[in-house]
Amino acid sequence: MKKILLSSIIIIIGITFIGRLSYLQIFSFSPDQVLEDPAIKRVYDYPERGYIYDRNDKLLVGNDPAYDVMVIPREVRALDTLEFCGLLGIKKKKFIKELRKARMYSPRLPSVFVPQLSKQDYARLQEKMRHYQGFYIQQRSLRYYATNSAANVLGYISEVNERDLAKNPYYVQGELTGRTGVEKQYEDILRGRKGVQYIQKDRYNRDIGKYKNGILDTLPEQGLELNVTLDKVLQEYGERLMNGKRGGIVALEPATGEILSMISGPTYDPALLVGRERSKNYSKLHYDSIARPTWDRSLLAEPSPGSPFKTLNALVALQEGVITPSTSVRCYNGFYVGKKKRGCHCGGGMRNLNSGIYESCNAYFANAFRKIYEKYETTDEGMDVWEKHMKSFGLGQYLGYDLPTGRKGRIPSKEYYDKWYGDNRWSSSYIISNSIGQGEVAATPIQLANMTAAIANRGFYFTPHILKKIDGKNISIPDYVEPKQTTIEKRHFEPVIQGMADVYNEGTAKWLRIPDVTIAGKTGTVENYTKIDSVRVQLTDHSVFVAFAPVENPKIAIAVYIENGYYGSRYAGHIASLMIEKYLKGEITRTDLEKRMLERTLDREYAKPYSGKEFKINEYDWSQDAIAPKEEDPSI
Amino acid sequence: MAGKSVLKRIDWLSVLFYLLLVTIGWVNIYSSTFTENGASIFDFGTLHGKQLFFILVSIASVVILLALEASFYERFSSVFYMVSMVSLLGLFVFGKTISGATSWYDLGFFNLQPAEFAKVATALALAKYLSDIQTDIKRTKDQLYAFVIILIPALLIIPQPDPGSALVFFSLSFVIFREGLPVYYLGIALFAILIFVTTLMFGTIWIAIILALIILVFLLLKKKKFKVPVLPLATALIVTVLFSLSVDFVFDNVFEQRHRDRFSLWLRLEKDPAKLEQIQKTIGYNSYQSEKAIESGGIFGKGFLEGTRTKGNFVPEQHSDYIFTTVGEEWGFIGTVTVVLLFTLLLLRLIFLAERQKNAFSRMYGYGVISILLVHYFINIGMVIGILPTVGIPLPLFSYGGSGMLFFTMLLFIFIKLDANRLNEGI
Repeated sequence: MKKILLSSIIIIIGITFIGRLSYLQIFSFSPDQVLEDPAIKRVYDYPERGYIYDRNDKLLVGNDPAYDVMVIPREVRALDTLEFCGLLGIKKKKFIKELRKARMYSPRLPSVFVPQLSKQDYARLQEKMRHYQGFYIQQRSLRYYATNSAANVLGYISEVNERDLAKNPYYVQGELTGRTGVEKQYEDILRGRKGVQYIQKDRYNRDIGKYKNGILDTLPEQGLELNVTLDKVLQEYGERLMNGKRGGIVALEPATGEILSMISGPTYDPALLVGRERSKNYSKLHYDSIARPTWDRSLLAEPSPGSPFKTLNALVALQEGVITPSTSVRCYNGFYVGKKKRGCHCGGGMRNLNSGIYESCNAYFANAFRKIYEKYETTDEGMDVWEKHMKSFGLGQYLGYDLPTGRKGRIPSKEYYDKWYGDNRWSSSYIISNSIGQGEVAATPIQLANMTAAIANRGFYFTPHILKKIDGKNISIPDYVEPKQTTIEKRHFEPVIQGMADVYNEGTAKWLRIPDVTIAGKTGTVENYTKIDSVRVQLTDHSVFVAFAPVENPKIAIAVYIENGYYGSRYAGHIASLMIEKYLKGEITRTDLEKRMLERTLDREYAKPYSGKEFKINEYDWSQDAIAPKEEDPSI
Repeated sequence: MAGKSVLKRIDWLSVLFYLLLVTIGWVNIYSSTFTENGASIFDFGTLHGKQLFFILVSIASVVILLALEASFYERFSSVFYMVSMVSLLGLFVFGKTISGATSWYDLGFFNLQPAEFAKVATALALAKYLSDIQTDIKRTKDQLYAFVIILIPALLIIPQPDPGSALVFFSLSFVIFREGLPVYYLGIALFAILIFVTTLMFGTIWIAIILALIILVFLLLKKKKFKVPVLPLATALIVTVLFSLSVDFVFDNVFEQRHRDRFSLWLRLEKDPAKLEQIQKTIGYNSYQSEKAIESGGIFGKGFLEGTRTKGNFVPEQHSDYIFTTVGEEWGFIGTVTVVLLFTLLLLRLIFLAERQKNAFSRMYGYGVISILLVHYFINIGMVIGILPTVGIPLPLFSYGGSGMLFFTMLLFIFIKLDANRLNEGI
């Protein structure tokens, strides 16, 4: 009996051990423990982020070396603290605080002691650094901007957060990633791939050689340089014109869909979001909930398009055969919807398609619009046809451009109105405002520009895009190099374009002609409302303008939207005209126009709703508009 | 003629297990002390080189051990015992202190740990005493003498301090049990350990309540004719409760904080997460790292010299007390189970050998060997894999250490010699 006792104890011990070992090594084991292994450190070799150039190979974004003073607390030896603090430009108190912080983090590992030295400080320190044991300077790369414009288009980079880490296993804490704009859209291309070295460590965190002799190590892959479609000169010029104005400008090259400039006002210097002041500046910009500089109006603002939309209604009416270019309508300084009269500013009288466009006659387009619906038995059918035509211009849907934000705008469908009014409880008279681009239609500035490009091309467009070249090679992405056809036949465009040209020749924009350049455009004046203390209050109209030039062989199509800029030919018309001239001729002949745009701001207008007092809107005399402080360097 | 017959008669199976354990042990010591400086395996400046040297010396000593007359060991056991006790005493004067424990003699090229020798000597002396024709283990006086033989070295070793080694000597009481000490002694000891542990976990009140409940159930279920031993039962209850109370007292007042922490960690007593983290960072660091290292090996291990935690020396004392973690990390479940099986088979084989001895001395010595090996193996691996509290005790035939290697070899091969000689008995 006692013989068996000891044997049993031995066997029980054996079984217990094997049980515990199988718990540890079979059930608790997981293969990705290698990643958590404290014995293997990954050292990364970061490639330089790709540069960004404009369409003419002018540098927009590069990299700048930045220098951090690092400290390994354990290796710090006695030093002349005062002299060292003097060199770094810090106080002794801060010196002690930073050193304590670093020691708390780890006495053996490097911590950032003073981040991002200026180049001058670096030059001064570099010589003397070897006197201070335990301190050294580490170089890293920061974004450098060769332009003070296009902040929202180019975007910015910042440290990855928890969400990025969870979403993409590539990143590790402390790395940078594109947050907005091109930096975000083409993050993978610009970033490259970091190289990894696996280092075997001991428990004191000291390196003791390569893990598995480095067979898992990888070399970094360089980030590639990009050319964006922007024209740096035009972009910078546009931003100067936008001084003190809120709104968006989008200029496209109709033959390619390339975005020549994309401006949102107010804007900011992209360099604000780099360096030591980054987070302070970011908060200031992000939390400005009134001017909203980080909200890209050229992609996100969805105003009613206003009168430029009339050109599309004319095209649809022509395509549907309900009007011809010679169809005439009498304008009674307005038109009747049932018994209710709606106004018109065209001056009244007989209007045909041509004068309807260049005088922007509401009555003419209300008639054309009604006729589209009358062609079909039911309003529903008419609505479907109209919606299909409008959407073929890229309206009411995401355009599919290569920037990370956007809005759909709105082309209302029959379902939309069924929801509002009830099934079959509405007719064309309910939606007549759409005929003049008011009512329920809405479009972002880039959609307006794209629509203009489609007209300039006489019936097709290329999806707007910002990427021109990767690593010096032109892109061949089918979405961007293949044309999209509209549903309107080519022959219907000429009369409409003639009308748009006559806007400059005889119509609402005859003061904005560019010498020696044929130009077609359309003004827009968009009524808009806001809520002040939950009361609906009308504000000064938005100023909208679309144009393209030259008429015969369009090189540029542009849409300008200026919040509360009053009638179309005022701010928006001026800016469109100046932008086109700048792009086509490289210089401005009409310096008076230019001076006016550079000087006048809408600050007074924007202050009105916040004044707490009654205010007048649509004030005709614009000499009252505020004048911007003189620019440092007006030459471009 | 004698030499040839010894080689024929020795139990080659035990020798095989011995060689396997020593070889696997050395391979793992090599890995855990390996640096990529390209030192030769025979470089005696390295730890694995030194260990190889000790292994060779140990194997050489086997030749002498086998060549000596079997009766030599029995005859001189008292002398060995006296010498080893003197050598333990001598530590108080001439001892060399390594990491806090005065357990070594500095012999220049090598530090000798007399406690290892004392294990062999005590096993021999105990066997000698118990097998004496005049000893009757049923007599309390003789039981006491037997325990004194065990206690003297244990008491000499505790102040070094080396409580782990002292514990080993108590394991020799297995031998006394084998030879007739009533088993309920063992029962009482186990019961005491159970009460100790459960008191720490649940407190005296629950122990008292549960015991009272057990007795109550027992009384209700008893047969009517059965006479209740009221007095012994009440005494047992009171003694148990008093013992339980004393556990709290001893734990709080006699134990040092580090001992308390070990128990806190082992029995998961600490509920305050901040304190628990503190314990895990300090005293629990070894346990945590050794468990993690073993766990990270998985089923097949990371391969020889590929253990990242081994290379990084994340487990302290990995080549000595924590050598089993290297097996776990580099050879995985397959390796650890192999080692556990080898120990189990060796111990079972030794029981078989001990039981076939006709000579009482040989049998009792055999049980001494088994007890000593078993308690080392059980406590060491139990500690490394986290089912026992941390006790500094090497894995026999496996861990780094010259004295250990030499004297475990001696311990085992004296028995193998005795076994080989069993048919010559008759004197």
